[in-house]
Amino acid sequence: MSDTAGVLKPASAAPPMAPRVAHVRRRRHDAPDAWTLELEMADGAPFNYAPGQFNMLTAFGVGEAAISVSGDPAKGPLIHTIRAVGPVSRALTKLAPGDPIGVRGPFGVGWPMAQAEGKDVLLVAGGLGLAPLRPALYRLLGERARYGKVTLLFGARRPDDIVFRREVESWRGRFDMEVEVTVDHAGPEWRGHVGVVTGLISRQAFDPSATIAMVCGPEVMMRFVAMSLVDRGLSEDFIYLSMERNMKCAIGHCGHCQLGPTFICRDGPVFTFTRLNPLLAVKEL
Amino acid sequence: MENLERILSEHPFFTDLDKGFVALACGCAKNARFEAGQFIFHEGEAADHFYLLREGRVALQISAPGRGASTFLTLGPGEVFGVNWLVPPYRWTCDARALDGARVIAMDTLCLRNKCEADHDLGYAIMKRLMPVLLERLHATRLQFLDLYGAHV
Ligand SMILES: Cc1cc2nc3c(=O)[nH]c(=O)nc-3n(C[C@H](O)[C@H](O)[C@H](O)COP(=O)(O)OP(=O)(O)OC[C@H]3O[C@@H](n4cnc5c(N)ncnc54)[C@H](O)[C@@H]3O)c2cc1C
Ligand code: FES
Repeated sequence: MSDTAGVLKPASAAPPMAPRVAHVRRRRHDAPDAWTLELEMADGAPFNYAPGQFNMLTAFGVGEAAISVSGDPAKGPLIHTIRAVGPVSRALTKLAPGDPIGVRGPFGVGWPMAQAEGKDVLLVAGGLGLAPLRPALYRLLGERARYGKVTLLFGARRPDDIVFRREVESWRGRFDMEVEVTVDHAGPEWRGHVGVVTGLISRQAFDPSATIAMVCGPEVMMRFVAMSLVDRGLSEDFIYLSMERNMKCAIGHCGHCQLGPTFICRDGPVFTFTRLNPLLAVKEL
Repeated sequence: MENLERILSEHPFFTDLDKGFVALACGCAKNARFEAGQFIFHEGEAADHFYLLREGRVALQISAPGRGASTFLTLGPGEVFGVNWLVPPYRWTCDARALDGARVIAMDTLCLRNKCEADHDLGYAIMKRLMPVLLERLHATRLQFLDLYGAHV
């Protein structure tokens, strides 16, 4: 780490515990408690990552938190979408254009884009879980011919909590993908579906033998979504979930993110339901 | 009548129901349609019909003083509503409103209850179809209560 002080290198060469510095280019309010930050690496070097990977973001003087990349892996700036829940995430969401931010990563194993080729892809997102799935969706739409039917099922708490709202509306308008959005609670002005996201699964027509599912959201939601998909005939090997555990090192050293024999940071955060099912069944693991 | 019998047997709620039972149940059924925005029933009224949705969407709503109507579930083709017809006091516990123009099969619940009482095999077959719907809705309500998408992700 000694030779890096003040010298910013591309991610591949940087020691894994040393953050690179980036600056906030734009900040957008996405939901009542969530903001999207566009970042620019201070060294101008590109930031390459796979859909589903995450970075450790540092709010200088406050701390570091694991945040998934939510932008387009093929182009554009590095984008993260953050919900303010605690000290670090709150500090991150308050950063203004021009402010510095630390970026360590990318880490983890992303979504199974290669396995999805030639298959129908069903994305199921709950709340801010759409953020880690968005890079996968950009890849699917950017290389549309490689994949079969693409479907996004998205559940949010209320209409106001729908993240990336304008983009979701534009996806809905496309002829080459299907989008269904449901909210848990709504006033009479909402014309869409109301009910939990598992309800969308039971209504959805799909061929379980040709489909791969990518699911992201709170753990309880993912558990029930995965079980609904299994009920519809999808094999546990083709259901992928993105797990969250508190991270410290993000490189498999500290054991903070351990789930049984598995390190979420290094072996995940994306796992098949086959692998997670026995672990999810254990309370307070 | 034959047409209605076919429609009834093709609705997911009655799929695989014995033909004789479909014919029996059909005696209580009629086609109906509701315009977009029209109320189908109101909370507190007598639960005189059980509805099988064929086309369009229906919102189930509860109104709270000062907060207006709040939708807790929307339903689409192939689903059923008005499910509390089998249990006393046979009253609606929410409002149902057509979101788009809705086409339904409306089943007279007094007629249906009488037939279920007279033929327990029919009653049991219907009960077995109604229970999963009720349990799924109970489970969904629990998840809605959990407020799944709060400050978790
Ligand atoms: C691989 C990975 C990817 C992630 N991607 C994103 C992302 O894209 N956007 C985003 O906003 N967050 C994401 N997170 C979650 C984020 O890392 C945590 O919310 C982090 O703890 C925030 O740090 P904090 O100091 O602000 O809050 P903390 O002080 O760590 O937590 C504040 C409160 O929130 C609760 N809390 C924190 N995280 C969670 C959680 N995951 N589930 C339930 N309760 C929690 C804590 O128990 C505590 O009560 C991701 C986490 C992982 C592991
Ligand atoms: S965060 Fe340290 S082992 Fe995973």
